[in-house]
Amino acid sequence: MREITVAQATAEALMEEMSKDPTIFIIGEDLTAHGGIFGQFVGIPEKFPDRILDTPISETAIVGAGVGAALTGMRPLVDLHFADFITITMDEIVSQAATMRYMFGGQSKMPLVIWAPDGAGLSAGPHHSKSFESWFMHAPGMKVVVPSTPYDVKGLLKSALRDDDLVLFFQHKKLFKFKGPVPEEEYIIPLKKADVKREGSDVTVVTYSMMVHHTLSAAKRLEKEGISVEVIDLRTIWPFDFDAVAESVKKTGHVVIAHESWKVGGVGAELASQIQEKLFDYLDAPIVRVGAEHVPIPFSPPLEKRVIPDDEDVYRAVKKVLEEA
Amino acid sequence: MSDIDKSTAIKLYRTMVRIRVFETVTEKLFLEGKLPGFVHLYIGEEAIAAGVSASLRRDDYILSTHRGHGHTLAKGGDMKKMMAENYGKVTGYCKGKGGSMHIADFSIGMLGANGVVGGQFPISVGAGLSIKMRKTDQVVVAYFGDGAANRGTFHEALNMASIWKLPIIFVNEDNQYASTTRKVRTLSVEHVAQRACAYNVPGIRCDGNDVIAVYKAAKEAIERARRGEGPTLMSCQTYRLKGHFIGDPEKYRTHEEVEEFWKKEPIGRFEKIAFENGWLTEDEKKAIWEEYQKEAEEAVKFAEESPYPDPEEALKDVFVNPLE
Repeated sequence: MREITVAQATAEALMEEMSKDPTIFIIGEDLTAHGGIFGQFVGIPEKFPDRILDTPISETAIVGAGVGAALTGMRPLVDLHFADFITITMDEIVSQAATMRYMFGGQSKMPLVIWAPDGAGLSAGPHHSKSFESWFMHAPGMKVVVPSTPYDVKGLLKSALRDDDLVLFFQHKKLFKFKGPVPEEEYIIPLKKADVKREGSDVTVVTYSMMVHHTLSAAKRLEKEGISVEVIDLRTIWPFDFDAVAESVKKTGHVVIAHESWKVGGVGAELASQIQEKLFDYLDAPIVRVGAEHVPIPFSPPLEKRVIPDDEDVYRAVKKVLEEA
Repeated sequence: MSDIDKSTAIKLYRTMVRIRVFETVTEKLFLEGKLPGFVHLYIGEEAIAAGVSASLRRDDYILSTHRGHGHTLAKGGDMKKMMAENYGKVTGYCKGKGGSMHIADFSIGMLGANGVVGGQFPISVGAGLSIKMRKTDQVVVAYFGDGAANRGTFHEALNMASIWKLPIIFVNEDNQYASTTRKVRTLSVEHVAQRACAYNVPGIRCDGNDVIAVYKAAKEAIERARRGEGPTLMSCQTYRLKGHFIGDPEKYRTHEEVEEFWKKEPIGRFEKIAFENGWLTEDEKKAIWEEYQKEAEEAVKFAEESPYPDPEEALKDVFVNPLE
């Protein structure tokens, strides 16, 4: 099978859907000059010049424009440039887009995708390195997608563009050049469905986005020590595929949850809580979480490396969960 | 003599009376303890929604505020559904999930009243952009108060609407107070339309208690937008005759000040002109008030006889497709 990058998979998903549905358009800052700052829209400005719009630096109006267009017959994808800037648009996302259908008694739909590159590891400093996905799991009204591979990006983005609800789509900025197999023929991946990225029998690691790759490297190392790790890539964190998690937990009895965003109040906290509420009797050890230290993301490479988790942290967490059994 | 025709004049009058009656009945119900929550009345500001809506089509869009009953009624809203929503009943516009501050009626282009002051500006840009991309000749009206003009969303939306020449009429209802704070303490200009030059859009100031003046100014702005010539910023000077919400202790203004403005309220002022022009007789006036009084009473009866939503309804309508 051919291999393409995450950036190419993103552009392909959009171009295929835009060819079929004339109501899809892309709006955000600095999109057309280089096909997006990570090359995620390369080819689209030439193919659909009227449907990819460069905006002023006005994040509230950009997201609001997406909301208003989605209410009136269009299916916008809003590019937020960096996920960090989502803080500027919290009212438009949380109180408006995510609330409207409910607040108006089901009268409206919100076919809007808010697309944002998140994640650290590029020494981009405290204002261009954060991951905020857990906030959008905490507040109701949003579907939150956090894919890890070109194949998943393409299939899930196509689903997100076809969905009638608000979808937040976070892609890790270190993964845009990551290559992986993607078939030529069309496919979609349903939202919510998790994927077993590696089968194993001793420990379940529930993860997503960049940490999937760190977890897979840790699993290879652990295999050499005779420890079999099952890697569950959630892909969608809300609503999430509890059945897939449960099936694996029942098999292994040991759970590690790994994400790059802060451990405190993170997605792992909610997952751990739900797992112990529903599967307590299957657990042989306390759940171990892996996440960033509770500090802003620093600039200097050794500092950044100290703060965000990697394969070494997953390796140690797996050892810990087995030692405590 | 005024230069508008009788049928337009009566249309404007009827809309104002319909709003006034609905709001007066709502106030009474709230004071009797029948309505939960908070209600913000439009009494005194009716000329703006009436004057603007007279040139709107059913398929045009409006975005409204926490003081939004008048905007929806003027666009053709249903009194029964609105009153039922005020009561929190399942037959209300939003099945009781939104309440007075969040009325929407997508069947008449009413895209929602916003509880966040200034939250409507960015959304209006999206509706305007959608019209432009779909190549229709619809327009968008975004109503907002003098307080909302100080939100950053105002600046971002006006700039974006201007560069893309979007068909949006930003209608400022300058009622002199942002909640309890007098406008002169919070607004850098005398009136909001002065800010239009910063966005390179036409800025029109008009007497918001003169329904004919609002009608004429809005008509021109709406026609301009429909022709694809871009947005307009209108500032209508008015006065909020009631408190910020029903029950507001109103310590920030004097009784005398309010009394002075009651003398300038838009309905009585229009009636005087209507009588002079022969548009209206005392009997016709009486009949119009009675007609809307009856409509409002029927709306109250409908709301009172309607059931509250089943508590389980609280768990529905988050998603179109919940992926369960």
